[in-house]
Amino acid sequence: MQTTLLKTDPNFHEPGRRFFRDFSPGDDFYEALIEAHNGLTDEQSEALNARLILVLANHIGDLRVLREALQAARAAA
Amino acid sequence: MGAYVNPIYPYKAPTDLKATPPLRKPLIVIGAGPVGLAAAVDARLQGLDVLVLDDDKTVSVGSRAVCYAKRSLEILDRLGVADPACALGVSWNIGRTFLEEDEVYQFNLVPDAGHKRPGMINLQQYHIEEMLIARALELGADIRWQHKVTAVTRHEDHATLTVETPDGSFDIEADWLVVADGARSPIRRHLGLDIEGRVFQDRFLIADVIMKADYPAERWFWFDPPFHPNQSVLLHKQSNNVWRIDFQLGWDADPEEEKKPEKVIPRLKAMLGDDRPFELEWVSIYTFQCRRMTDFRHGRVLFVGDAAHQVSPFGARGANSGFQDADDLMWKLALVIQGQAPEKLLDTYALDRQFAADENIMNSTRSTDFITPKSRTSKTFRNQVLALAKHYPFARKLVNSGRLSVPSFLTQSLLNTPDADTFEGNMVPGAPMDDAPVQVQGKEAWLLDQVGHGFACLLFVDAVPSDAQLAQLQSLQKGPLPVKPLIVAPRALDVPGLKVIVDAQGWIAKRYDGKAGTTYLLRPDQHVAARWRQLNAALVQQAVARATCN
Repeated sequence: MQTTLLKTDPNFHEPGRRFFRDFSPGDDFYEALIEAHNGLTDEQSEALNARLILVLANHIGDLRVLREALQAARAAA
Repeated sequence: MGAYVNPIYPYKAPTDLKATPPLRKPLIVIGAGPVGLAAAVDARLQGLDVLVLDDDKTVSVGSRAVCYAKRSLEILDRLGVADPACALGVSWNIGRTFLEEDEVYQFNLVPDAGHKRPGMINLQQYHIEEMLIARALELGADIRWQHKVTAVTRHEDHATLTVETPDGSFDIEADWLVVADGARSPIRRHLGLDIEGRVFQDRFLIADVIMKADYPAERWFWFDPPFHPNQSVLLHKQSNNVWRIDFQLGWDADPEEEKKPEKVIPRLKAMLGDDRPFELEWVSIYTFQCRRMTDFRHGRVLFVGDAAHQVSPFGARGANSGFQDADDLMWKLALVIQGQAPEKLLDTYALDRQFAADENIMNSTRSTDFITPKSRTSKTFRNQVLALAKHYPFARKLVNSGRLSVPSFLTQSLLNTPDADTFEGNMVPGAPMDDAPVQVQGKEAWLLDQVGHGFACLLFVDAVPSDAQLAQLQSLQKGPLPVKPLIVAPRALDVPGLKVIVDAQGWIAKRYDGKAGTTYLLRPDQHVAARWRQLNAALVQQAVARATCN
């Protein structure tokens, strides 16, 4: 699927930190994501995910990127 | 059942080991598994006498550890068994990942050219053990079968072992004891030492199947396949037409029931299709834990391999990290035994390998949590990563069906001399050395094969080294801990008495950011200890002292 502004290549990173393995920054994020749900009911997890999307969307801010992201997520189902 | 026949190694009565008072040996290794054997071979290469005690009389029953990663092959190269291992093993680079019926994506393990050894080979553990036994015996290691150590008493400057044999039991002493008796480690338990971590509530079925299949030598991993719904399956090729198939069963599965051929065969038929002929070689059910001992060193007793740390099988970080333990330990132990370094050098074995074990545990735990999600939300994320992976490269990088074993960068090691100069690239102090294709005396060769079993120093030059440089290199060869000088040049040079490594294609220069004058100090286990932009023998000697706790 074509995107113009939305980054779809690996982009997890941490300024000032050196990763010797390319899978490490993504795995760090994924672990933190799953850990954030630890101990929550399914309903609480769903609500957390909604809040997370809203927080991230505001951070991105650029509506063109957000439209592409919505499109990309919907189309990949 | 099966094609492989375990060899029986001869029992030798311990008449020469029994004595009153007990004999004192400089070094005893408990356990003739891959890691204990690697330690014994390395001990011989370091000039140490070594006695290996094993309670069994054969190699591993079943294929067990089947993936040997590039770093292990490089270590085995130094030990002298990588050629037969690679000749018999199956090389593979392509991994395919499936969700239900669809292939999600594939990866290629070796995007990085210019290494002697492939990213991974598959070979049954019993073959690796046979090769290591032959090599250890050839080098003069004393291996005693059916010698079960039943008690160990720790003393300030030695350990006393009680050994049970078919001819009764006896006591023997060791200045140094290396414990390589596996995950259940009877010696660790006997000494009451802690090992802590996480138990995973899941069971897996391993089946080794002999079949003449036309599948390519690739790693195939299924999430939730139609022939085994809601669970994962892994297919791997080993040597001699043996295939490893690994089924996730879930925690409720009955291990005794699931092991029965009448239960296993239908699972295999569902996967392979009904008419493909196959024979079962070995079946095993396993659970696993991710845990490590708090301290790998207890005075004169040193723990290596699974006895010290355990990981989930995803990523092949068990035997591979065990080889790295032996690689890190044995040169240090040799220097201590030979009186060239203080005992505290062995504390750095413990610290550095505990650091590496934590990294291995972290990576294998992450793989396990991805493969076997623990909640509905975790499973949703996993499946949607797979859905996105069909379309987007970022999601492919998140798919975690095992982060295949790579060595740790020991950047925190006390043995490193921190950089004073500026360098690009990954060869930082504490890094495991990158290999490179080179020419030596007009012949094609590899960088790692040039560095040997002791300290070495790479000096990058663009012309014949100056007299001042040659004098400094000579002084390093004559120091209390000799450093072998190696000249790295872009073309053949005549430097009498010194080995010149020709880096015609610039692989070393690029990987090590080498320019004329750049100097690297390399540890005996092929890790970078220090580096500078100019050769200064006094600084090199200080770094050698630091790397040996002197």
